[in-house]
Amino acid sequence: MTDHTEDSVRAEARTWLEANWDVNLGLVKWRNKLADSGWGMPNWPSEWYGKDLSVGLVPVVEEEFRRIGALPIPKSGIRMLAAATILNHGSDMHKEKYLRPILTGEDVWCQLFSEPGSGSDLAGATTKAVMVGNKWVVNGQKVWTTSAHKARWGLLLARTDMNVPKHQGLSYFIIDMHQPGVEAVPLKQMNGHASFNQVFLTDAEVMPDFQVAELGDGWKVATTTLMHERRGADSLRSWGQVPDLEGSIYDEERAEVETTLAPYKWYPQRAGRVDLIMQRAKETGAINDPAMRQEIAKLMVLHKSAEWTARRARSAQEQGKPQGPEGSLGKLASSNVARASARVHTMVSGADAMLSGADGVMNGTIAEILISFPASSIAGGTDEIQRNIISERVLKMPKETRFDADKPFKDVPRNTVA
Amino acid sequence: MKFSFTEEQDEFRSVLRRFLEDRSSTTEVRRLMATDTGWERERWSQINAELGLTAVAIPEAYGGHGFGVSEQCIVLEEMGRALLCAPYFSSTVLAASAILNAGTEAQKQALLPAIASGETVATLAFTEENGRWDNAGVAMQASANGAGYKLDGVKSFVLDGHTADLIVVLARKPGSAGDQGLCLFTVAADAAGLERSLLTSVDETRKLARLNFIDVEAELLGDDGGAAGPMGKTLVQAAICLANEMVGGADRLREDALAYVQMRMQFGRSIASFQVTKHKAADMLTDVELAKSSAYYAAAAFDEGDADIASVASLAKAAASEAYMQTAIHAIQMHGGIGFTWDNDTHLWFKRAKSSEVFLGDPNHHRELMMQGWKD
Repeated sequence: MTDHTEDSVRAEARTWLEANWDVNLGLVKWRNKLADSGWGMPNWPSEWYGKDLSVGLVPVVEEEFRRIGALPIPKSGIRMLAAATILNHGSDMHKEKYLRPILTGEDVWCQLFSEPGSGSDLAGATTKAVMVGNKWVVNGQKVWTTSAHKARWGLLLARTDMNVPKHQGLSYFIIDMHQPGVEAVPLKQMNGHASFNQVFLTDAEVMPDFQVAELGDGWKVATTTLMHERRGADSLRSWGQVPDLEGSIYDEERAEVETTLAPYKWYPQRAGRVDLIMQRAKETGAINDPAMRQEIAKLMVLHKSAEWTARRARSAQEQGKPQGPEGSLGKLASSNVARASARVHTMVSGADAMLSGADGVMNGTIAEILISFPASSIAGGTDEIQRNIISERVLKMPKETRFDADKPFKDVPRNTVA
Repeated sequence: MKFSFTEEQDEFRSVLRRFLEDRSSTTEVRRLMATDTGWERERWSQINAELGLTAVAIPEAYGGHGFGVSEQCIVLEEMGRALLCAPYFSSTVLAASAILNAGTEAQKQALLPAIASGETVATLAFTEENGRWDNAGVAMQASANGAGYKLDGVKSFVLDGHTADLIVVLARKPGSAGDQGLCLFTVAADAAGLERSLLTSVDETRKLARLNFIDVEAELLGDDGGAAGPMGKTLVQAAICLANEMVGGADRLREDALAYVQMRMQFGRSIASFQVTKHKAADMLTDVELAKSSAYYAAAAFDEGDADIASVASLAKAAASEAYMQTAIHAIQMHGGIGFTWDNDTHLWFKRAKSSEVFLGDPNHHRELMMQGWKD
């Protein structure tokens, strides 16, 4: 790792890309080349499709990809969470079997963590894996599972021991989604979209080899997955941007992005679409009403303050300063913005706010804001959990009293799922 | 755009914070706020002599240190935090900026060095009894008096107006209206025909005065009839400075309330362990940090000559006003009954939050200004 410099990496990457990049190559073929050469995931170990480069040198390689218009391996999506988890905790067999089809995009993955009975309290999962004969038999129900109906493999958090405290009784498995005991049912949301699934596990089977890490290490492994999920939240947005260039390989990736990102189509509306407020206020004349101007301005103050807070946090991080309180407020601030924006959109649209679809404003986009924003204060950690995190970790206030940490999980009161 | 402070700026802030904690304890604040002057020349000179605070943002050519509004705003944030009783906002923010923006080269040479050294305390008298913060609200008449001018009328809500040595006054030419015919003047505190009276203010740490002008001789500052532009710029800068002062006070209130709930026991447990208290504390942090971001952004944008600075300044002022007042209300609530007593310090900042909310224009006023300049 030490003998690489920015210049040597740049030169090496450029030479390789110039020799190998071909817009007429099939997408999978190209990604296989990236896997074989190590240039697809240069910071991964050379033993596993990487080049042992430090993370700091990755942007140099990415720059070279952009310069020539070459397509990098998409760094987001559940499959990359699977890759990161497997690299950290998986066996050699897991790495051998799963990493390449993850990199080529041939295998879709899903994450089977949340359950109807454990939302904020993820470690309270009750889906059980029991060893019967020579295999694990899994029974339970998972929820909020993106892409479950298309997934080949699932990352499964399941309870293997009811007689120890809850964090210690969880184990982590890779489950084959193509089997009779796994049923994915789309979950229709209040805004009419069905981005997620419920997954019913009925005597689903997992061979012992597909347990990740030790028995009882499930929570530790899940934490790795979740850490990468939070880190990857930003890159989801940049993924959709395939270079506007001609060549069959670009068309192939555009089609992949279209399918993969389809569940996320309503996400901008969920965030409140502050970007549409001024345009709408001009269209409706609300901009001329003094009371409306106040409401719009209040929203803009909040929106800009939140945006500048995020930039302040990023700037401190780039300077290598210790993280200040501003770094922990983004999630809570953005759900405040979403709620405020939906309110102002309603006032700006007046009676039209009652109409949806083709009858609605902007072909239903405004209506979609009004019925999607509640998700922003729930998904990815509720506002209440965010406030607990801020008060306990940033402000050092006392932790919530726990009633579940020091007794066997079987004695902990929990939801009964019908 | 810079979104973080340099190491030097951070160091300056921490030195200043320690210094003001020592020199502006709440005991000292309470002592000074009970006086009619609201500050003491000797005490203030000592504080200022050590750190040269009045010189920070005045250009070196006029005896200052030549730093930007960003550095001045660090000073203000720390002063707001410490609730320092000193004629800093009046003299260094309002009057010095007005002189810099409006004055001729000779006037700047003549007036600014003494303000930069702290020897002269100046203020800016622009608001009148109608309480308006815009140019159109100015009614005071400036009529020709030989080669000079004389002023007639009343200025009110003048910060440190009863104690300042030099008063910069905004008035208009007879028959003019709106932005037209506005002129700035300088008037000595002891000018004949000037009557100054202290107003009883809600916030005792910030003294306001009423100034009655009867045929007072005044010297024109800068262009005859061209004060609207310089005044506008001065008020934009002042709004940014006040926003930064406010977030300093809000953060101090927030910290004090947090420290109190951390030690207060009820029902056999720390009240900080109640989720309702924790969530309020998390919301308070969010309010204050978001307002800080806008205040810091506005200061940096001013120094970078941002074309939308008027809108940004008003945004920051509105954000800080709402955050400071909301934090003050929460802070009293978190203290419970003790928070409503005179002996508890919370009300000192509560009252500063209230006066700052209104001073230079309330949030509604600034949101409207912001909308007028909004580019989108």
